[in-house]
Amino acid sequence: MPPDQRTLDQLSLSLAEYERIVDLLDREPNEVELGMFGALWSEHCGYKNSRPLLKMFPTEGAYVLTKAGEENAGVVDIGDGRGVAFKIESHNHPSAIEPYEGAATGVGGIVRDIFAMGARPVAILDSLRFGPPQPDADTPPGVAAHNRHLLIGVVEGIGGYGNCLGIPTVGGEVSFSPSYSGNPLVNAMCIGVARIDRLQRARADGPGNLLMLVGADTGRDGIHGATFASVELDESSEERRPAVQVGNPFLEKLLMEACVQLAEEHGDWIVGLQDLGAAGLTSSSVECAAKAGTGIIIDVAKAPRREAGMTPYEVMLSESQERMLVIVKPEHEADVRALFEHWELHCATIGRVTDDGIVRIRDGDEEVAAVPARMLTDAPTYVRDGAPPRWLEDLQRRDLSPYAGDARDASDALLALLRSPEIASKRWVWRQYDHEVGTDTVAGPGADAAIIRIKGTTKAIAATTDGNAAYTHLDAYAGGAIAVVEAARNVACAGARPVAMTNCLNFGNPEKPDVYFQLKEAIRGMADAARALDVPVISGNVSLYNETNGEAIWPTPVVGVVGLLGDVGRAVPLAFRAGHDVLLIGPQPDVAGLAGSQYLRLREGLLAGRPAVDLDMAAKLQRFLVDAAAAGLLVSAHDIAAGGLAVAVAESCIAGDTGFDGDVTGDALTLFSETQSRAVVSCAPADTAAVERLARSCGVPAARVGATGGERMRLGPVDLAVHTLRDAFESGFPEAVAGVNANV
Amino acid sequence: MNFAVLVFPGTWSDRDCLYVLRDGLGQQASPVWHKEPDLSAFDAVVIPGGFSYGDHLRCGAIARFSPVMEAVVRHADAGKPVIGICNGFQILCESHLLPGALMRNDSLQFRCMDTHLRIDNPHTMFTSAGSAGQVLRVPISHGEGNYYADADTIARLEDERRVVFRYVTPAGGQTAAANPNGSLNNIAGIINERGNVLGMMPHPERAGDALTGGTDGLVIFRSMIESALAVAG
Repeated sequence: MPPDQRTLDQLSLSLAEYERIVDLLDREPNEVELGMFGALWSEHCGYKNSRPLLKMFPTEGAYVLTKAGEENAGVVDIGDGRGVAFKIESHNHPSAIEPYEGAATGVGGIVRDIFAMGARPVAILDSLRFGPPQPDADTPPGVAAHNRHLLIGVVEGIGGYGNCLGIPTVGGEVSFSPSYSGNPLVNAMCIGVARIDRLQRARADGPGNLLMLVGADTGRDGIHGATFASVELDESSEERRPAVQVGNPFLEKLLMEACVQLAEEHGDWIVGLQDLGAAGLTSSSVECAAKAGTGIIIDVAKAPRREAGMTPYEVMLSESQERMLVIVKPEHEADVRALFEHWELHCATIGRVTDDGIVRIRDGDEEVAAVPARMLTDAPTYVRDGAPPRWLEDLQRRDLSPYAGDARDASDALLALLRSPEIASKRWVWRQYDHEVGTDTVAGPGADAAIIRIKGTTKAIAATTDGNAAYTHLDAYAGGAIAVVEAARNVACAGARPVAMTNCLNFGNPEKPDVYFQLKEAIRGMADAARALDVPVISGNVSLYNETNGEAIWPTPVVGVVGLLGDVGRAVPLAFRAGHDVLLIGPQPDVAGLAGSQYLRLREGLLAGRPAVDLDMAAKLQRFLVDAAAAGLLVSAHDIAAGGLAVAVAESCIAGDTGFDGDVTGDALTLFSETQSRAVVSCAPADTAAVERLARSCGVPAARVGATGGERMRLGPVDLAVHTLRDAFESGFPEAVAGVNANV
Repeated sequence: MNFAVLVFPGTWSDRDCLYVLRDGLGQQASPVWHKEPDLSAFDAVVIPGGFSYGDHLRCGAIARFSPVMEAVVRHADAGKPVIGICNGFQILCESHLLPGALMRNDSLQFRCMDTHLRIDNPHTMFTSAGSAGQVLRVPISHGEGNYYADADTIARLEDERRVVFRYVTPAGGQTAAANPNGSLNNIAGIINERGNVLGMMPHPERAGDALTGGTDGLVIFRSMIESALAVAG
């Protein structure tokens, strides 16, 4: 007898999936087994809808050491015997309900993924999306107040958790659209560094080895978190509050120190290390066994509990935070226990590895579940038929050329752009994050890419996150490609060679043809761009069902790119210094660069057109930027993105407290188009010819557009004091988050 | 010089302090776990920043009961230098080695940013390598750095020139805008009566390298080293 619809709904399983489970087992699953299937076959753990599409991504590259999907995070080899592990993950649904804890535990989860690799976490980046913080045509005052409440809570949660860990939060983004009202996006990325010979694996190899559960005690919090993340939000979502976990960063700090010490100093004591994230003990233990082709026995009675009377079902599906599973050689059980006890952490042996490929859950003497491990990890996949949304063609065909001519009040337009929360300085956010602990932050928040030096070497890594959902909304393929191109360009502007990427795919309900179309097209665009720029995908996360009351968010692929700088002394800042030539590198702006542009959205209230990207040109620009930095030719480099050339020049002026004098035509296309693959660089006048020569040899157009110096920015019709630019840039965000913060 | 860098559960500036002392200044420095009851082998003690015991109860309130703190008291009683940075300052106040308390920032938010510190007393073992009125650029990173003490205590601190560092503008002006957390009299760092225990909220160990934020913080560690050499000499 199949369970009733309500039970299946709670587990996010369909009746067909239930029947498939019965077929596979050749019997009806019991309650515990069904709960385990529900968790592992959820979109969050099983990638039911996305797995066939993710195969489009390139995964191999010269630097790749651990590929996507193999371990908790991908790893690139940066030489000197060191590997860099990184991954991005979403915590959208919990943050919509409980912003502080949702964001905090999002940070906690991604940090555990990194130290589970045996790597010491060295940087966190956060890519955030919210509904408008102030009322507008789509946003009534109450909704705006709720959006502010979510933003303030999420920022506090990220700071409250990350600051306590002693990991610097060095970058990220904050962006707004009415589509995120009620469904904010919180994507957290963590980067770690390890000695390659100390990297750990999440495998339960070797029958007879022991499973030790360490860290926090297991409570009833977060049960069904994985399935909760795989359904749409509606008014009843507040009732899911018990599915939101509560974080304890102090415990995580101890767990991190213990696990890093275990990996660095005593890797021979253990065979595997795995964090407990979504679906808790179920997914961590089953995935370790499935990867190794082994089985496991777990006695839930041996798991330390936070509360009495918990059933085996609850212990197996609890998402209590700050827990790790360690697969230990039996002769070192006492050693491992002593190490964790030194860090004042609980540690319990709850089971062992077996050779029959079956996951057996016991409660004392009674066996309460027995399922082949690989049956649980082999979730069904769905290939669906996508179809473009009906509204798309009209939007794309909109002729933007009437807006390309003379910019009305160009100086006012620039100040309005700098003041808009989308472009304005995010200092209000990142001054709440410790971005310096570790003393490796060469460039932090506000830079094109964060730069983290690697002590003991001459090297540094550069990292950024990017994603422009307005573009993806207008053209999912181009938007996906541009997310990759823009992130890589930011890293290259800092002087680093992009070596690999991670991504978080935030979309609506994939069972809807238009959402599936967006997902598929965005992935195709990202994959093409990743190939063109040679930045393989080494890790990622998929967050679907981002809908509130049936309305999907804008399709939002977020890309994190990590680059390598061989000589940290060659890092390039974005700030102008006086007395240098300024060159515009890249193609002429075009009308496609107005599609989804901040200028048209802000000045004309128009979101239309069809964005485009020339991937060949993107690759050429990347080569130019990396080579020019390595040759020491550049004093500054800054990519042209939201707000176009005028905003890029203004940001370099503000960062360097230096003016600019340049002559360009005064049309909107020149000043505000967001045409891809362009950068503003400055160099000593004596190097200008060499920069132009290098650009020519890379096949990228380059033109001198002016020089730095003085206290004003003059760009065609724009003529403003640098302090006026700064006032607008710095005041925009605090103004946007100000207001009565109704706790609704 | 041989530094002990204390490590409580939740401390995170220990690694940064060890790096600047060893790699930046070529000193001996060792991490010391909070259960260690004996510090007699060390010339100086650093109590680094972080969130000891997760700031549970009150910042520094639990750490003060760790066994190592009895050794710190003996070390201080012997006239040897103790520097508490950030959470270390909070622990020193909770331990009553320094007067006053550190309250929530007046912004009610965590703040990580550069601040400018004016040396208001260059005649201490923590500032002797600097000069009176010299302005140092040193970052802060805290949510509870708002220094408070009763009016009598503040008056005594001022009279005895025990306010060593004050938050100022880059040009050295003591203004409200230069005060990042609401501290009384813009106080950023104070010493005890004997002058061998310093507590400061800013992080000098983060200003020890031109690549990552300047080198102004080194003045403090260099002063400690030079003072010790002077005593030994």
